Amino acid sequence: MTLKNALMTGAALATLIPAMSAQAAGTLDNVKEKGFIQCGVSTGLPGFSAPDDKGNWSGLDVDYCRALSAAVFGDPDKVKYTPLSAKVRFTALQSGEIDILSRNTTWTMSRDTDFGNFVGVMYYDGQGFMIPKALEVSSATELDGAAVCTQTGTTTELNVADFFRSNGLNYTVVAFEKYDEVVAAYDSGRCDVYTTDRSGLAAQLPKMSKPEEHMILPDIISKEPLGPVVRADDAAWEDAARWTLNCLVNAEEMGVTSANVMDMAKSDDPNLQRMLGAEGALGSKIGLPDDFCAQVVAGVGNYGEIYERHVGTSTPINLERGLNALWKDGGILYAPPMR
Amino acid sequence: MSESTQSKAVVNDTLIEARPAPSSATGPLRWLQDNLFGGWGNTLLTLLSLWLIWLVLPGALQWSLIDAVWTGGSDACRANPDGACWPFITQRWDQFLYGFYEESERWRVNLVLAGLFAGIAWLVWERAPARNLVGLFMLFGFPLLAYLFLYGVPALGLPVVSTDQWGGFMLTLVIALTGIVVSLPLGVVLALGRRSQMPVVRSLCIIFIEFWRGVPLITVLFMASVMFPLFLPDGVTVDQLLRAMVGVSLFASAYMAEVVRGGLQAISKGQYEGASSLGLGYWQSMRLVILPQALKIVIPGIVNTFIGLFKDTTLVLIIGLLDLLGMVQSALADAQWSIRSVPYTGYVFVGFVFWCSCYGMAIYSRRLEEKLNTGHSK
Repeated sequence: MTLKNALMTGAALATLIPAMSAQAAGTLDNVKEKGFIQCGVSTGLPGFSAPDDKGNWSGLDVDYCRALSAAVFGDPDKVKYTPLSAKVRFTALQSGEIDILSRNTTWTMSRDTDFGNFVGVMYYDGQGFMIPKALEVSSATELDGAAVCTQTGTTTELNVADFFRSNGLNYTVVAFEKYDEVVAAYDSGRCDVYTTDRSGLAAQLPKMSKPEEHMILPDIISKEPLGPVVRADDAAWEDAARWTLNCLVNAEEMGVTSANVMDMAKSDDPNLQRMLGAEGALGSKIGLPDDFCAQVVAGVGNYGEIYERHVGTSTPINLERGLNALWKDGGILYAPPMR
Repeated sequence: MSESTQSKAVVNDTLIEARPAPSSATGPLRWLQDNLFGGWGNTLLTLLSLWLIWLVLPGALQWSLIDAVWTGGSDACRANPDGACWPFITQRWDQFLYGFYEESERWRVNLVLAGLFAGIAWLVWERAPARNLVGLFMLFGFPLLAYLFLYGVPALGLPVVSTDQWGGFMLTLVIALTGIVVSLPLGVVLALGRRSQMPVVRSLCIIFIEFWRGVPLITVLFMASVMFPLFLPDGVTVDQLLRAMVGVSLFASAYMAEVVRGGLQAISKGQYEGASSLGLGYWQSMRLVILPQALKIVIPGIVNTFIGLFKDTTLVLIIGLLDLLGMVQSALADAQWSIRSVPYTGYVFVGFVFWCSCYGMAIYSRRLEEKLNTGHSK
């Protein structure tokens, strides 16, 4: 190996070992400089993040990162994805390996203080129950004496215990180590009730041997607000992330869709003009283009469009909007005004 | 009475025509008797096995072949969830093979794979020329070249494909082969060090081996991916894949060291003394006399470690690296494919790929043993 070859080899290897990123400059500047957003997603959760047939990541969590990319670059596809397991997600965020964590992460107080800042709620999840329709039960409070299938050592197990105890109901827990085992046990009739987050229940329903014979009860027994997380010491990036999320919700509220966003931007409504950047300079105050919200909606659609595309009633997951409907439609989705 | 008449009556002076052995001593019946129905214990086991096969096989064939969905897309599988869903594999074949590797750059993976198989074939084919040189190249030069080729060298017109895009079977091979290539030489060095007379070298080797052997691989991977970045200064990151590969390699070399040490201990003292009496120094006697014999003895152990390592690579999915198994599991999360038969199909496919790979290694090791057999084995 000649010296020149050796040097070139060394240079190529050096790209792998300690890669200094100019962290001090702030994530937003950093992202703009490198030209893409490094987005941490789940290694696979139906409707939230999964590779599609063509090898592109898709899902609700994925589309949030694409929205952020549209806000920063005007192009939703400048995102690189890092699939993360639940254990490594916060380390990846803290060590700077990813710029934003969009991985069905429940917003809790301790996480918000210890690991980073949550920018808002992308999806209101909560623990629910699946039962065979043959039980003829319409509410979880009628489940006295039921055998409940769940996973060992999870908060779901504790939530079930709390719920049944506080309602004075008897129950037996049939707990399994693995997610797949729980589903198989419920499907084979070893227990009457299967419990986990409602989005998970909905994703499992089509996999039952007779999907039409099962139903998901309307009861929600825990609060699982899932949202994106950024590093705690980075206010500029946090603002960009938060207002991208708010833009998605506000756009739906004002009827702005990916189809009509360009027409809406020309409307006379001052609210729309401010939001879509035709008037004022809301975007540039947080280091984004003034029309960032128009770019977001043009690139990925508003919140409702994203929801329907990945988990809505037209998808195999088939989830009603429920809590995730706008506040004026009976849900709790409410974004501060953009003015 | 004359002698001749007597002998004529008793002794046959022509050879009896050779006849085939009676069918009770050869043929399928005899084979059956010897191998399947010799003794009542044997018979019982045979019947039990037949019963188990009868129990499992028809269902397995029915599910995987007869009832299976072969063409179409997810809709075809949704219509028939009681048989295997092979379109899931065929539609995502590229994904399972290359992960998220840039589609326009996948020829690089193919070329590296072709090089790898050509190299292995060269080493397996006994009359190929310059096998020693090729062997050395495959062990040291090829991995480096392959890495540069896969990662990319912009100066040579190969755009960079960062390692977080690597995935699928390709990633499985990268991790396993790195582990194999690093662990064998490192294991030999550690084994020699552990038997060394020098106290510092010996204790360092013992500490290294016992440390890495004493922790589970999952712990090593977690340390590499969760703890290690926290020790680094802010803003410094080390490639996730590199961390995992270093962890896997060090882990495997500790095991390898103990396998090789077993071989070293099996060599009689006379060999060491013989080598010294010829005037060979330490390294010469190791290289020319001891190691060739010791490594030959422990081929089964070495291949055993390789196979174990190959399968252990699937553990990287818990740190978010999508190897073949991880890639399939991720794909299972696509709502488009949330059909009952799909997870089973995916796992059967992964199992089959791993079985083929590992059985291939086993066959190679058996051939190597036969070829190198110089009378030590009984």
